[in-house]
Amino acid sequence: MLAFKPVILWTDALIYVLIAVAAVFAWHVRRREHLLAPWKRVAHSPSGMASLVVLVFFVAAGLLDSVHFRPALEAKNAGEPVYSVDVLSLLDVVTTDLRQRTEKTYSAPFAAHLFAKETVEHPDGTQVREFPRLRFGAAHLKDPERELAADVLANGGRGVLAGIALWLAVVVGFTAGLAAGSRRSVSATWSAIWRGGTEVPWRAVYVALAVMLVLAGATVALAAKYHVFGTDKVGQDVLYLALKSIRTGLVIGTLTTLVMLPFALLLGIMAGYFRGWVDDVIQYVYTTLSSIPGVLLIAAFILMMQVYVETRPDLFDTTAARADIRLLFLCIILGVTSWTGLCRLLRGEALKLREMEYIQAAHAFGVSHWRVITRHILPNVMHIVLIAVVMDFSGLVLSEAVLSYVGVGVDPSMISFGTMINAARLEMAREPMVWWSLAAAFVFMLALVLCANLFADAVRDAFDPRVRTLRLEPAAAGGEAKA
Amino acid sequence: MSAASRRELLQVADLRTRLHTGDAVVRAVDGLTFSIGRGETFALLGESGCGKSMTALSVMRLLPEAGQVAGGTVRLDGTDLLALPEVAMRGVRGRRVAMIFQEPGTSLNPVLTVGEQIMEVLDRHTPLRGDAARRRVIELLEQVGIPDPVRRVGEYPFHLSGGMKQRVMIATALAGEPDLLIADEPTTALDVTIQAQVLELIRSLQARTGMAILLITHDLGVVSEMAHRVAVMYAGEIVETASRERFFSSPAHPYSRKLFDSLPRQGKRGANLAVIRGAVPPLTREFGGCRFADRCDFAWDLCRGTVPPAVALEDGQTVRCHLYSEPRAESGGRRDQSRDEGEARRAEGPASGQRSAVSGQASAPSLAGSEAQLLKVAELKVHFPIHRGLFKRVVGQVMAVDGVSLGLAPGRTLALVGESGCGKTTVAKGILRLIPPTAGSVRFAGVDLAGLAPAELRVRRAEFQIIFQDPYASLNPRMRVVEIIEEGMTALGVGGSGTGRWQEVDRLLGQVGLPPEAKFRYPHEFSGGQRQRIAIARALAVNPKLLICDEPTSALDVSVQAQILNLLKELQERLGLAFLFITHNISVVEYLAHEVAVMYLGRIVEHGPVEEVLNRPKHPYTRALLSAVPVIDRETKREVIRLQGDLPSPANPPAGCHFHPRCPQAMTECREHYPGVTQLAPGQEVRCFLYGSGETTAS
Amino acid sequence: MLNYIIRRVLYAIPILIGVNLLTFVLFFVVNTPDDMARMQLGIKRVTPEAIAKWKAERGYDRPLLYSAQASGAAKVTDTIFFQKSVALFAFRFGRADDGRDIAHEITTRMGPSLAIAVPVFILGLFVYLNLALLMAFFRATYVDFWGVVTCVVLMSISSLFYIIGGQFLVSKLWHLVPISGYGGGIDTFKFLALPVVVGVVSAAGANARWYRTIFLEEIGKDYVRTARAKGLSEARVLFRHVLQNAMIPILTGVVVVIPLLFLGGLITESFFGIPGLGSYTIDAINSQDFAVVRSMVFLGSVLYIVGLILTDISYTLVDPRVRLE
Repeated sequence: MLAFKPVILWTDALIYVLIAVAAVFAWHVRRREHLLAPWKRVAHSPSGMASLVVLVFFVAAGLLDSVHFRPALEAKNAGEPVYSVDVLSLLDVVTTDLRQRTEKTYSAPFAAHLFAKETVEHPDGTQVREFPRLRFGAAHLKDPERELAADVLANGGRGVLAGIALWLAVVVGFTAGLAAGSRRSVSATWSAIWRGGTEVPWRAVYVALAVMLVLAGATVALAAKYHVFGTDKVGQDVLYLALKSIRTGLVIGTLTTLVMLPFALLLGIMAGYFRGWVDDVIQYVYTTLSSIPGVLLIAAFILMMQVYVETRPDLFDTTAARADIRLLFLCIILGVTSWTGLCRLLRGEALKLREMEYIQAAHAFGVSHWRVITRHILPNVMHIVLIAVVMDFSGLVLSEAVLSYVGVGVDPSMISFGTMINAARLEMAREPMVWWSLAAAFVFMLALVLCANLFADAVRDAFDPRVRTLRLEPAAAGGEAKA
Repeated sequence: MSAASRRELLQVADLRTRLHTGDAVVRAVDGLTFSIGRGETFALLGESGCGKSMTALSVMRLLPEAGQVAGGTVRLDGTDLLALPEVAMRGVRGRRVAMIFQEPGTSLNPVLTVGEQIMEVLDRHTPLRGDAARRRVIELLEQVGIPDPVRRVGEYPFHLSGGMKQRVMIATALAGEPDLLIADEPTTALDVTIQAQVLELIRSLQARTGMAILLITHDLGVVSEMAHRVAVMYAGEIVETASRERFFSSPAHPYSRKLFDSLPRQGKRGANLAVIRGAVPPLTREFGGCRFADRCDFAWDLCRGTVPPAVALEDGQTVRCHLYSEPRAESGGRRDQSRDEGEARRAEGPASGQRSAVSGQASAPSLAGSEAQLLKVAELKVHFPIHRGLFKRVVGQVMAVDGVSLGLAPGRTLALVGESGCGKTTVAKGILRLIPPTAGSVRFAGVDLAGLAPAELRVRRAEFQIIFQDPYASLNPRMRVVEIIEEGMTALGVGGSGTGRWQEVDRLLGQVGLPPEAKFRYPHEFSGGQRQRIAIARALAVNPKLLICDEPTSALDVSVQAQILNLLKELQERLGLAFLFITHNISVVEYLAHEVAVMYLGRIVEHGPVEEVLNRPKHPYTRALLSAVPVIDRETKREVIRLQGDLPSPANPPAGCHFHPRCPQAMTECREHYPGVTQLAPGQEVRCFLYGSGETTAS
Repeated sequence: MLNYIIRRVLYAIPILIGVNLLTFVLFFVVNTPDDMARMQLGIKRVTPEAIAKWKAERGYDRPLLYSAQASGAAKVTDTIFFQKSVALFAFRFGRADDGRDIAHEITTRMGPSLAIAVPVFILGLFVYLNLALLMAFFRATYVDFWGVVTCVVLMSISSLFYIIGGQFLVSKLWHLVPISGYGGGIDTFKFLALPVVVGVVSAAGANARWYRTIFLEEIGKDYVRTARAKGLSEARVLFRHVLQNAMIPILTGVVVVIPLLFLGGLITESFFGIPGLGSYTIDAINSQDFAVVRSMVFLGSVLYIVGLILTDISYTLVDPRVRLE
């Protein structure tokens, strides 16, 4: 009997498809020098590589959170396994402690007591209004007033040291590998890296990795005994909420483009390539769609979708499935509102390309339209698509928060940055303020979006031929300035 | 006259300019020394990428942000421009030194009026204001030959034709009354008739104002017409300096001589053109010897190991070559020998070099009588409707091609000559049905292509192919060479499959002079000339009988052009191909074509054998076109006809003969009817009332 | 010119018909009025009578497209499609769930919306253009570098945080202006100051950076080299030559939003409690008032199309090459 039953949600499936597509694409690019060249330019950008390191951590959390299953329950039912109705993910398993150590209500980061006074009955029978001790946070301390700061420092310090140790191990191993690859001594490679003399800016990668590992080490060490980011209204650990929000953000940022890409590609290229009435029809469709203000179209769509789902409870049985289908629909409608821009861009490019002489040459051979589109036009617009995809990502993550605030974002039961901010906003008026949920959402979102933006810039600089001419700048601010 | 005794205006010494590209430092200008006297036109001649434009921008201190002057001095009347503070330098730009650029289309600000752009210079450098300034602007526009200057002052650049824009640029440059005008390829973007106008304008302005000119060009013809002195640049340095007479009578440097030898012309028909093997060395590396050594026929060990010094010869000629650098007593013989060789070779003309197997012209049958026409185009029309209004009503037609008839026999070359916008490329696309013809017939091997259904047409496409002008745009950058060449074979089902096809690709690559390894590489790894070879191989892959060449060499340097022309000629002899050769370059026509058709505004105005049309042109337009071509040989003076005005729009051609508004010999009937075809001799036709009315067609 | 505008307005009709059909399908075909009623009245305890009453109150008890019972023209007009969708073309928006006339609400709420959106728009454009010019002037120096870095950081922060942060700092910590609300007279300024500043700052990063890219692209063009060759100073080149040319691409993105200013900002208005169209829309979304949402969708697309027309007209002002025919 299996200890769990795998569950593949719709968005999970699409993420797997996305990974497969990315893998095939990478394999395809690897073997072609000219396709690889711009990627090498990305790899030569210090800011791009440093943000990639950070993004890897986010993506890892998101992927762990995309493998779902239902655990088997203890209760045996005549050999038939019974599975929990709760759908868990690998991330939930990794963070079981965080997930299960819920307090009663709000508590501040590193607090030993609840945020609100409660009437507590002492063993001697007296009733006192005080800040009760937390069930889990700092529970190991006898006298938090005195011990807390030192204990936090000690635990945090241990975490930092562990992080540094791990970093050293990774760095030494990697440098040795590099040295072996380039047939130079380890020390020569090492000093080349620190002087910033390597083609790929490994120094930036190492620094970013150091920052991430130290932060992660400290957080892991402290999270075992404290609520690092405090707890929310129902006592959930905010760090856990922030980690769970990552997947939502990533799903919206990536699946939306995946959903819209086929439309934008097919229609944009067709409009530009065939012109005439095909162009007229496609232009009409995207002008109509883009004439409706995005938020309103999304609102209308989500409202109607909500009605559809709510009135058909038989189709969507679990809350997870319902939240997931809403997330998917959100991706689809975001895709519908955002494909028009890319479509217009591709149409313009196809208009230009169809007059290129190599396409005229193909026509002179009587090559079919389909082959011209797939072999000549498509490969020559892929850089535009790639730039659009990476540039859209951060905007989509940001718009999730706004839409959730408006009430047309993800399902309220789904953990996301938007729902976190939305819940925390209501407590703004409280005195003293409950700020930690906001702070956690802010830190995680800023890190994710900033890194995505920096990485997107590196990709655009490497792939856009126009930007490269702008980047011919003097050595003074040299490679750092971004066009 | 020795160089020291003249009063020099501009003295450039050991100028070095670097470009910081992403990966490496390019030594765009590497130790340049020259000087320009007052009132002198000094031509800096060189092929693309040799650093001549960077020299000009270094003098102006207008380098792109990636560029930087690394050393040397630029003295204007003794003042070192490179040492001036930027504020003082701004007082020099536009006032003492003015500059005009290659692309008049993009060099003027599109949102400011012509008047405002000239006024700006007056405002900056002269005390003229208000009405006085306005009068001066009009005066300047008059000086540069812009008709109706009072009206033009308020117009925007987009109202003007390319030639007019360049005139406005010149007016802007003149506004500060500069001592030195730097002209960076001022006529390269213009048609020959317009080029002739602009060059003459510059010459006359120089005569009037006495300004010196630094003329930057790649065109030997332009140099011959304009320059007093010439400097030849190669790979960032000057390899030879000489007076014009001296340079054209006895060029010293092997590179200069090769440039002359690689020019196509009538005298070289039947012979192969000289080519410079290899390519310009990358300027990212340091040179320990002569930069030209790897491509030079005379190079020996010394050339590769030691940088040649500049050697002064007679008449102020200097050359940077070891052939001349050894002690005189010893080297004299050697130098004379090598020079004699070069001169002998040029004198010999057609006799030298590799003689072709068939001496094309004499043995080939005359076209007119030939029954075996491969291609017969009759009254071909390609019109593009102009849509306007709510329901996109057709309000007019752009008559790009308006009744063109021509014929071509197997193994022959017909050159279609005309200026840009005359419709010659549209003729090609109409014949290939890349653009559907509006009317007329295109009979290929007896079958009317214009009437074929798409499926039937597709089967026949293997028989006629095309090669294009821009070798960078004509190959898909995302495909390997083998895929590029195979594309047509797959689509048309020729050349077998599998390994058989790869062998076929190898054979094709060999045929155009590329190694079989080339097939696994991508286009960006090849130079412009090599790409054009790949494009030719792609066309040949389907065994065509007719090859339409649409300006195949106009984007290439002369030495590379020679390679491609040689190749085309050889292929014609070997495979019996017929060429429809579309070009605006008369010297290429002289060299390659058997027959010529001259196009003007959608119609062929003169058609005949190449010697007839080029040596005894009949139509006034043909005569003007030929006289506008700058000639290297200034001794054989041709009659000079300067055309006024620009090519009219094909959407609204003039009534009667399209050429009459510009024709120096226009008569009354020219304004009323389009002249019919007059047969002067078998195979020679002209459409002009000077030669009878022909079968008049209403227009 | 007038001819052109008339023609553009005629072109707009098929687009508005498309929008109308789309909303009709979304609101009445994907879900029947019965579904909507069940949703609003609560899924579990709902009676057919209640649904019928709900539909009758809102006029959803008609047939969708064709009324077989009615006679004459009413066969077509007495339908949901005609009454609810076609009526929008006459700006007859009908009534909201709370019984108020939507058209009246829109006209009264436009004022407060514009009071925020217009200052944000004008001030923002001014600030962004100047920041971008500054960075372009000091291009390839540390001013430019850190300017771009700041822009990227600013644009990586969710607009929600700008509002929350602004409210916290200015209103709660420093007690400068009220946190939210809207009043007439001299108070208006006090209420509007914070939302306007927040509005300008929250879009600063993306816009300044975008304009800078446009400026740099223009600076790389040939005519700029010509201007320098005349001996003009860098500032003059930037202001006289580059700025005017750069306005052409900038206008594309800017003019089109001018009419949309009427709709106000959804989030700003609801956070700051400003009774404009933005907060009206949000309230409608939260209370699932379908009639209001439908009206706003239609109004939004009308305004967008007006924006497109204005964009084309504005080109004639900065680009002499464009003539409207």
